Amino acid sequence: MERQPDARRHPHGRIVLWLGALVIGMFGFGFALVPLYELYCQVAGIPTVDQQRALNVQAAAGTGEVAEDRWVTVRFDTTVHPSLPWAVESQERSMRVQPGEMHEVIFVASNRSSRAVTGQAVPTVIPWRANDFFNKTECFCFQKQTLEGGERREMPLRFVVSPALPDEVTYVTLSYNIMRLDDTVAKVTE
Amino acid sequence: MTTATVAHDDHAHHGPPSGIKRWLFSTNHKDIGTMYLVFALIMLFLGGASAMVIRAELFMPGLQLVQPDLYNNLLTNHALIMIFGAVMPAAAGLANWMIPLMIGAPDMALPRMNNLSFWILPAAALMLILSFIVPFFPGGGSQINTGWTLYPPLSLQVGMSMDFLIFALHLLGISSVLASINIIVTIFNMRAPGLRMMQLPIFVWAWLVTAFLLVLVVPVLAAGITMLLFDRHFGTSFFIAAGGGDPVLFQHIFWFFGHPEVYILILPSLGVLASILPTFSRKPLFGHHSLIGAMIAIAALGMIVWAHHQYTVGMSLAAVQYFMLMTILISIPVGLIIFNYMMTMWRGAMTFETPMLFTVAIILMFSFGGLTGVMLAVVPADMQYHDSMFVVAHFHYVLLPGAVWGLFAGVFYWLPKWTGHMYDERLAKTFFWVHVVSFNITFFPQHFLGLAGMPRRIADYNIMFTEFNMISSVGAFFFGLSHLLFLYIIIKTVRGGEKAKARAWEHAEGLEWEVDSPPAHHTWTTPPKIKTA
Ligand code: HEM
Ligand SMILES: [Cu+2]
Repeated sequence: MERQPDARRHPHGRIVLWLGALVIGMFGFGFALVPLYELYCQVAGIPTVDQQRALNVQAAAGTGEVAEDRWVTVRFDTTVHPSLPWAVESQERSMRVQPGEMHEVIFVASNRSSRAVTGQAVPTVIPWRANDFFNKTECFCFQKQTLEGGERREMPLRFVVSPALPDEVTYVTLSYNIMRLDDTVAKVTE
Repeated sequence: MTTATVAHDDHAHHGPPSGIKRWLFSTNHKDIGTMYLVFALIMLFLGGASAMVIRAELFMPGLQLVQPDLYNNLLTNHALIMIFGAVMPAAAGLANWMIPLMIGAPDMALPRMNNLSFWILPAAALMLILSFIVPFFPGGGSQINTGWTLYPPLSLQVGMSMDFLIFALHLLGISSVLASINIIVTIFNMRAPGLRMMQLPIFVWAWLVTAFLLVLVVPVLAAGITMLLFDRHFGTSFFIAAGGGDPVLFQHIFWFFGHPEVYILILPSLGVLASILPTFSRKPLFGHHSLIGAMIAIAALGMIVWAHHQYTVGMSLAAVQYFMLMTILISIPVGLIIFNYMMTMWRGAMTFETPMLFTVAIILMFSFGGLTGVMLAVVPADMQYHDSMFVVAHFHYVLLPGAVWGLFAGVFYWLPKWTGHMYDERLAKTFFWVHVVSFNITFFPQHFLGLAGMPRRIADYNIMFTEFNMISSVGAFFFGLSHLLFLYIIIKTVRGGEKAKARAWEHAEGLEWEVDSPPAHHTWTTPPKIKTA
């Protein structure tokens, strides 16, 4: 194949070598992302989940007094899983509280079936940034609850919103998912 | 623009060896191109088959055909086969066939490596298919229920089929990196004397940009899945939170590859359109240089926007703002390409042969997919749309028009060149209409489903979503069937038909039309003379 001499601008090998180096370099870069990712978080001051939790717990524990000039609205929400024949409602839908004050709300649960059923409430705090600043000192969600057939029970929740709660948070929603705990569920979750 | 004096081969060089050896040991860019295309077509049917099962399951709420794990396995398989098995090899097939013809080169720069790049593919495909079927055997472990994104921690818990999949992805990656290196060397070194880079057809430029993207990002995916493999078997904790790792890191690595990958899928097809439009508009392409610039800009920006797939993982506000702005910025060069294409048609003497029909449909529907993309790029909106059927609708509107139809258009456009026969225009137009209409019936309702809250990747759904899912499934069956017509047209064209002239389309420009249809086994052994304007 008589090609003109200028047809090959560079030896093929040289370009292949460069590209090969690029490929290996990018493979390395993939691994380098592991430390780079950590470094980025450090430089940008983004704490890891654990660090953030530690920071929040520290901050939340720090102050004891009530923030007189600040009000936060706490809303309560309950969702009962369809497999649990209960009704659960809080006596108050929402409360305006001052950070640092202790408050109590009553949740009323009633078993609509005629047999004893055990349930467990799982709390979620929204926004999630508020999670570590919402301290429950007493909660029915700490243990599983067994209601006899037809039983109605008042269950207290005592909580303090920490004054260290980030300033931009003015609403906090405490949401409970209440799920059935029985032999079959226990078996599945094992 | 370039023109060339026809360079006739002085004598018919040695022809291809006969029998299976011709294909197994082939170093001929045309034969390898053909093999890539045939392979891609087979994969298109395999991937399509899994999609049919998926749509059949979603025809009604409840579980009818497949269990959730199998459903998600099918979903994973569908995506990976379509992306790595159908679209990328088909684009590589076009590159192999057309780049040497378009730049006046006798073959690819590294013909043996070319053979290797192709023949890795069937092995990789076998691994990929095994990863799907291994769980059906006793002791085969659980199904791959992660989706194509392979997020840990779920991907760490999948059985041995995940190892098959990781191995398959490694092979596929090696194949496409080798092919890319070959394409880059070919474009840099093998151009006919006097053919300058800036004169190259946009299709060649599109592939040059694509090849660089592949070289840059496929190794990063390889690193990510290697770490996954290590976490699975060698006690490391790159992504295991309990061991100090971070599953979100995998998402960053994956999308660092994954977002550029979507441009890898569409750029070659957008390049094809730049060949088709001037032919059927009977006007030169509008804005040759700006198209090159736009493609480079897309590639560069495309590498720094990956986290728009992860808005919901809890990144800092500054980070999501950055990714949002950068993502929206990409729509500028993408829009520029679309506008250049529309300007090419503007006041042209247009005719609507099948490649042109596809081109017009692509410009319309790809833009629509771009529009929903901008919606998804907006953080507060994406918080709602993320992981819903809306995302599915979005990426099918960009991927089918943007990638697949561009390949179809290219196949119809160059089929006369490859086979020496004109395809049956009437059948092809029928295929076009059935395909495009059923595509819209299939995917348009998914926008509504997503906005109404139907999540993606779940085998069952709330009964309120039934009607739109039924419409979508019915559309999907017609859509799937339409490909049989496509297959028939191709077979018919290969077998015979009206003889195609060297310049099969009256107004086609470019060096590929200077050689016979079908071209001799070896072309451009004497390089064409380039006249520069
Ligand atoms: C203006 C252009 C585009 C914008 C702004 C855009 C934006 C986005 C965003 C923000 C998402 C994430 C949605 C979510 O998961 O919540 C997404 C998903 C996706 N996009 Fe686009 N996109 C654009 C064009 C494209 C193109 C051209 C393609 C492919 C050819 C593409 C393919 C995809 C795919 C495959 C996904 C889903 C990935 C997955 O989660 O499996 N997009 N797009
Ligand atoms: Cu993306």
